[in-house]
Amino acid sequence: MDRFGPFTPLIGVVGLLIVWQCAYWVEVVDRVLLPSPGAMFAAVWHGMTGGQLLIDFFRTIERTALSILYAGIVGIPLGIMLGSSIPLYRSVEFVVDFFRSTPASAVFPLFLAISGPGDATKIQVATFGASLVILFNVAYGVMNARKTRLQAAQVMGASRLRVLTDVMLFESLPQTFVGLRNGVSLALIIVIVAEMFIGSVDGLGHNVLDNQMLFEMPRMYAAIFVAGALGYGFNLMFLLIERRYVHWSGR
Amino acid sequence: MAEGAPANLLATGASSPPAAAGEAHITIRGLSKAFGEAVIYDGFDLDIPRGRFVSVFGPNGCGKSTLINLVAGLLEPDAGTIRFGGKRLRDTNFGYVFQNYREALFPWMRSIDNIRYPLKFRDIPRAERNARVERLVDRLGVTLDLAKYPYQLSGGQQQLVSIMRSLVIEPEVLFLDEPFSALDYEMTLFMRDQLQALFMDTQTTMVFVSHDLEEAVYLADDVMLLSRGPAEVADYVTVGIARPRTAATISEGEFVRIKAHCLDVFQKTVRGA
Repeated sequence: MDRFGPFTPLIGVVGLLIVWQCAYWVEVVDRVLLPSPGAMFAAVWHGMTGGQLLIDFFRTIERTALSILYAGIVGIPLGIMLGSSIPLYRSVEFVVDFFRSTPASAVFPLFLAISGPGDATKIQVATFGASLVILFNVAYGVMNARKTRLQAAQVMGASRLRVLTDVMLFESLPQTFVGLRNGVSLALIIVIVAEMFIGSVDGLGHNVLDNQMLFEMPRMYAAIFVAGALGYGFNLMFLLIERRYVHWSGR
Repeated sequence: MAEGAPANLLATGASSPPAAAGEAHITIRGLSKAFGEAVIYDGFDLDIPRGRFVSVFGPNGCGKSTLINLVAGLLEPDAGTIRFGGKRLRDTNFGYVFQNYREALFPWMRSIDNIRYPLKFRDIPRAERNARVERLVDRLGVTLDLAKYPYQLSGGQQQLVSIMRSLVIEPEVLFLDEPFSALDYEMTLFMRDQLQALFMDTQTTMVFVSHDLEEAVYLADDVMLLSRGPAEVADYVTVGIARPRTAATISEGEFVRIKAHCLDVFQKTVRGA
């Protein structure tokens, strides 16, 4: 595979497109249900250059970004608090783990009843789900701070607070980014689902469902594709930030 | 006790190191420490003389590292007092070098910032801080690039940075917990000589835990041999060989005799346990 050099990852992409195109030609499924890749890309192009898709794309970005921002604001400090006190962590571990394991979609009706069907509800549910993931990862990162490193700071004269800010915070950063990446994936899932079913007028989830109901299949595929690209993009963004600022991770 | 030890060896009882060693720097009285059922120290007394290099050697699990961790405040003793020339630990300027340099350095800081870090907790003007680091670099003849992050350095270089970090505060006592045991042999030999040169230069009291008898004797003014649980000083051996000691020292008669004597005491304590 080496002779393809940096283009190696593209082999899978090209392979998938070829299989798709062939499936379209031999009509594995009805052409209405499975349009050609070309039709989809045309719909992407059309939608993203001033169409509804572009508006929906930005609405979903906005909701997901706000969710992950709030989730970080809630989850990171709480995670540091929990992680730096083992008794505190043990006492709430079960509750946090329970809610983290609860599908966030199951609490939609609850949040709907409390906050109504507006934008706030979607962001609240996504924040709820993502903050628990972030909280757990941050707490885990703090708890697993290298003991020698904490002792090193201690023998050099660092106070408990300085050990926390100078060592524990940095020690927990790699795991915090794991939490942020998992959290943003979950937030995007929740936002898209919320846009489909909770009184929405825009967003990628709404776009997918709308086009499905109108039987505008190329447009529906286009919206799914854009949602996938968005998820990938968020993940990549956090990965790049991590590489830049948490350069010691894994070394 | 060492029966028939060579005359040059000063074998004395516990808690009374050789009078020739001068003033006691670290005074330990009635030290007790247990981990659950395992009693490591029970009413342990010891004087560590000022300005000398003391190696601590003994069987596995006898509490070599526990001793310096208690003295350096990383562990809380169950009972007993530890004083540094009459002062408490928190009023004492001390350095500590960990065995695991990879986990002791801060990988998010450049090496130079790692070395500067302990100065943050001392009332030292910025200009003086930088001057200190420069003096230290000059004294050690360090040629490595301190702008690099620790993970970009070799193991020996990382431990050197770690040692520099403990020295930059100009400590009166330096604790070293098996600092070279994670290095390859070539690097260990080099680091031994670096440490010896540093000791000759600064006369800082050093407490050096080792599991390598050759290394313990090579570096030491005094070798403290510990017995197993609860730990006692099985023997306190003065190494009178002139410095600087070199690779040739290791094959000299005097060195071989002292090492053989220590090994003898060690084996008796292991069998006795």
